[in-house]
Amino acid sequence: MVYSKRVDGRKFDELREIEAKVGVVKSADGSAMFKIGDTIAIAAVRGPRDLYPKFMQNPKKGILRCNYNMMSFSVDERIRPGPSRRSKEIGLVTENALLPALNLEEFPNAVVDVFIEIIQADAGTRCAGICAASLALADAGIPMKDIVCAISVGKVGGKILTDLNKKEEDYEDGSSDMPVAMLPRKNEISLLQLDGEMKQEDIDECLKLAIKACQKISEIQRNALMEKYQTNQIDDQVDKENQDG
Amino acid sequence: MGLIIKEREFVIPGDVIAEGIDYLPGNGVYRDGNQLIAQQIGIVNLDNRLIKLVLLTGAYRPKIGDIVIGQIVNMGFNGWTLDIGFSNLAMLSVRDATSDFIDKKADLSRYYDFDDYIVAKVLNISKSNLIDLTMKGHGLMRLKEGIIIDVSPSKVPRIIGKQGSMITMLKNLSNCEISVGQNGKVWIDGGNTGKIIEAIKLIEKESHIPGLTEKIEKMLGGK
Repeated sequence: MVYSKRVDGRKFDELREIEAKVGVVKSADGSAMFKIGDTIAIAAVRGPRDLYPKFMQNPKKGILRCNYNMMSFSVDERIRPGPSRRSKEIGLVTENALLPALNLEEFPNAVVDVFIEIIQADAGTRCAGICAASLALADAGIPMKDIVCAISVGKVGGKILTDLNKKEEDYEDGSSDMPVAMLPRKNEISLLQLDGEMKQEDIDECLKLAIKACQKISEIQRNALMEKYQTNQIDDQVDKENQDG
Repeated sequence: MGLIIKEREFVIPGDVIAEGIDYLPGNGVYRDGNQLIAQQIGIVNLDNRLIKLVLLTGAYRPKIGDIVIGQIVNMGFNGWTLDIGFSNLAMLSVRDATSDFIDKKADLSRYYDFDDYIVAKVLNISKSNLIDLTMKGHGLMRLKEGIIIDVSPSKVPRIIGKQGSMITMLKNLSNCEISVGQNGKVWIDGGNTGKIIEAIKLIEKESHIPGLTEKIEKMLGGK
């Protein structure tokens, strides 16, 4: 059976509705919410702060720790709260996806903690988590080369498409999905995973779609940051100048 | 070639500010080959050929000469260790703490004890973020009374105001003693403390709204 029409009526290269908001967790140094379709991720950043136990400290540069967690009510059937094999792995790949974008040389012996909570899941949670985390890191003022954005692309029933939802991921006649994270300025890939089977040509095709989608997400992330910060730009500028002088 | 984003414009990490070798990267900017790229959220500020950012967010990062308010967290043989709201602790050595003679065997807690707050100046910062403080300077002291509140370090310039206008007004209208640390700690003593805290919280919240000075003046019962 050929997958000729998507379950939610989207075009094959169309993203779900995206909403991003910066500064949602007041107690954190930086935070962000990223919503794509029915998947919602909240990321909070704490640090740079002292790192203990001391043997983990790196005197050359700061380290990044990512914690990915799915709320027990985020999926249809309750999942057991607390760390699992899956969440540990996703935390690790998130860390590796974000690290190429960060400049942590200025924070030797310190740690930057990123906590990602998935409060509602409908496929693509690690991508939503990475998008939220990079916004939160920018909000916390960590020096970054670029804002990382991520999207899942895949092949469902012989068709190549962008941003799979849960129904498409579980499609019975074969479905493979490929989460991709990117540094959009130079289109550098920092995360590439594949669940399922795909031909070489299909992967090339998927990556093209991913680049296109990431540019769109990057635009949304920029708007979210602007919304929080642009209002008070001129006043702060004037004050700072006067203080320096 | 040249400047791509104009001065005083808002940038986010990854924005290309300038191309070519005509400009130099300053605070919050880095060079990648031919391009100068922002690495933090801020506003572009041009100083001749140096491009730097006025940061809009971020934790406190000490600079040499900053006045900070810190808390004693540890004591050693040759000095004290202080928490100044940075990822690394700061050091205050006996030599920089006082001009009095301190005997080698003296009990350092007689000068500054655990949990004491002091106003100090950043003397030096090493590459690996070791920070040296000094107590030698105008207005540097141990805080014996009063209360300390936290504000966002990026809002400190607003609390101080243009050439110290805001802080002077706060002091005059309330008869309080106020000391603002660059690390986002504000010490208030005497007078109508509650009202000042309210005013500072308002400054922090509405820092971007014009006419704030008048509003605060009104709030504190000035003309």
